[in-house]
Amino acid sequence: MEESIAWKALRMNDSAAHAQLDAHAAQVRIFKRQDSIFHKLTFLFAFLVLAALAGILISLAIESAPAFSAFGPAFLWSDAWSVPDDEFGALISIYGTVSTSLIALLIGVPVSFGIALFLTETCPRWLRRPLGTAIELLAGVPSIIYGIWGLFIFAPLFARYVQPWVQAIFGDLPVIGGWFAGPPLGIGILSAGIVLALMVIPFIASVMRDVFDTVPAVLKESAYGVGCTTWEVVWNIVLPYTRVGVIGGIMLGLGRALGETMAVTFVIGNANRIAGSFFAPGNSIASVLANEFGEADPGLHTSSLFALGLVLFVITCVVLGLSRWLIYRANARQGV
Amino acid sequence: MTVSKRMYLKISGVAAAMALGCASIAAQAADLTGAGATFPYAVYTKWAEAYQAATGKTVNYQGIGSSGGIKQIKARTVDFGGTDAPLSESDLDAAGLVQFPSVIGAVTIVVNLPGVKSGQLRLDGPTAANIFRGAIKKWNDPAIASMNPDLKLPATAITIVHRSDGSGTTDVMTRYLAKQSPDFVRDVGVGKTVNWPANGIGGKGNPGVAANVQKIVGTIGYVDFADAKKNGLAFATLKNKAGRFVLPSGDAFEAAAAGADFKVKGMAPDMLDGTDQGAWPIVSATYILAYEKGDDAAKQQGVVDFFTWALNKGGKMADELDFVALPATVVSSVEAEMQRIK
Repeated sequence: MEESIAWKALRMNDSAAHAQLDAHAAQVRIFKRQDSIFHKLTFLFAFLVLAALAGILISLAIESAPAFSAFGPAFLWSDAWSVPDDEFGALISIYGTVSTSLIALLIGVPVSFGIALFLTETCPRWLRRPLGTAIELLAGVPSIIYGIWGLFIFAPLFARYVQPWVQAIFGDLPVIGGWFAGPPLGIGILSAGIVLALMVIPFIASVMRDVFDTVPAVLKESAYGVGCTTWEVVWNIVLPYTRVGVIGGIMLGLGRALGETMAVTFVIGNANRIAGSFFAPGNSIASVLANEFGEADPGLHTSSLFALGLVLFVITCVVLGLSRWLIYRANARQGV
Repeated sequence: MTVSKRMYLKISGVAAAMALGCASIAAQAADLTGAGATFPYAVYTKWAEAYQAATGKTVNYQGIGSSGGIKQIKARTVDFGGTDAPLSESDLDAAGLVQFPSVIGAVTIVVNLPGVKSGQLRLDGPTAANIFRGAIKKWNDPAIASMNPDLKLPATAITIVHRSDGSGTTDVMTRYLAKQSPDFVRDVGVGKTVNWPANGIGGKGNPGVAANVQKIVGTIGYVDFADAKKNGLAFATLKNKAGRFVLPSGDAFEAAAAGADFKVKGMAPDMLDGTDQGAWPIVSATYILAYEKGDDAAKQQGVVDFFTWALNKGGKMADELDFVALPATVVSSVEAEMQRIK
């Protein structure tokens, strides 16, 4: 083994070794300085995120102050939205945002689960890659494409073939009939929810697939070994093992659905009212902002639009908090 | 060491390329910038293109909406602003702005009814107002049927297609309908964003409304002439002030424009429901806003030069885009008005 330079320098009082040692020390100092610069730089980048978030929140709060002082907290549950009368409330848009997102999840989660299950458990190996890539590609399609497709292709087909059929079956039933009342326009709350479902499926499905893949083969093999069916393995082994990732994936999809703007604007119908029917047109927070911000006059209208933005921000935060809480609770129950 | 050096060279190379890119962008920066109404966007960009070809000077117009245009010009961030809804005299004086019309456009009523071809459906002003305020709900309503004895109108529900975004087109349309029925003002209101009735759906932009009318049976909507034509939509004929049913056309718009008196201050006469025999009733000019006293004399002169050129040489381009050029008499009064821009 070679003697270390430091020992050599100490033992032999060797000046060349001393010089080498000094050079080493200088090198280390440079490394340390570089490390410290790197640390500060990355800290600055991370801090920028926080600063931007705080900045957005503060400017939203400032700009929406006139609306909240004019309408009070009633802004949140008032269903008024009248530009000529300068009367504004958030309920119509909150209803549209929440209902379309829930429809999207209601359709999207089971389908995504099925896709992920197929890809990780039962798919022939040669098909895995092309299918997985296709799903990831779907996630990369710009939202306006979904909007155009929704308006020009989906809506006319939906209006001609699906809506009259649904109305023929459920139309006369009490309560449920009301959900599907109104002329079959092809665009509305339900259409927006369906288009949103298509948009969130690739997100949820690819996250689910990735986390399903992390389940150790030995766990699954043991389960199969004791005679479990594929379904039992997925339900009792894979899903409990990956619950955190699955909840995360669903919340990612929900986050996208809540904030989606262009696609929703195309197919939601952009009508400022709550009709009670899923076939009726409505409005979401994002679509109202997209529609009215450009031409809003300064004053209460602009301020109310900012207030809607703040509401969306809060809804997104609540969703994020809820998902954290769900994960925390799931972990606590499992004793992890 | 060598790696980092190579890296450094690479980075500096990229930086240099970027700097060059920026420099070339800066060299191409527009001589004039304008922003505002989207309605005349096609005309202004066409003019700007031809103007650059003719003079080498660039004009950059951003279609950000009328309200945006007014905001930008008041904030002094652009050289001229575009707005569909003219500013009032007091607004102009308070902000130190000069206003003049640039081109005339028309709003048309379009329908999607199976078996009803373009120009077949006849409407008068009050009936149109009652349809658009949601008082007439079915296509076979006696008010519509009595005007159209030859048409077989279905018993389907009427769906109104309106603009979902705030729009000068909506402003013009609602101002026209307000003249036809006081009930319309009460129920719907007048302005760029109004309270449409429950049987309405919104489309974003003129293309959005056109697409909805095209795709959904039983709809009636309002769009500018150019978008209606582009999408092959069926026009309704409208009864004008002189009592004639008129089909939207270049001639009908010119007839409406010829009857308007642009000599009023702010150059914004009411062109709606013109009295001429052949006039299409829903016609409106779109306007340019410029500073009465600007900080940059060269840019101020640039604005005057551009619009003098456009109004004299750009009429044909406007016609091709289904707009109507200002009549010659109006052009000379705009030129007189532009002398205030200093």
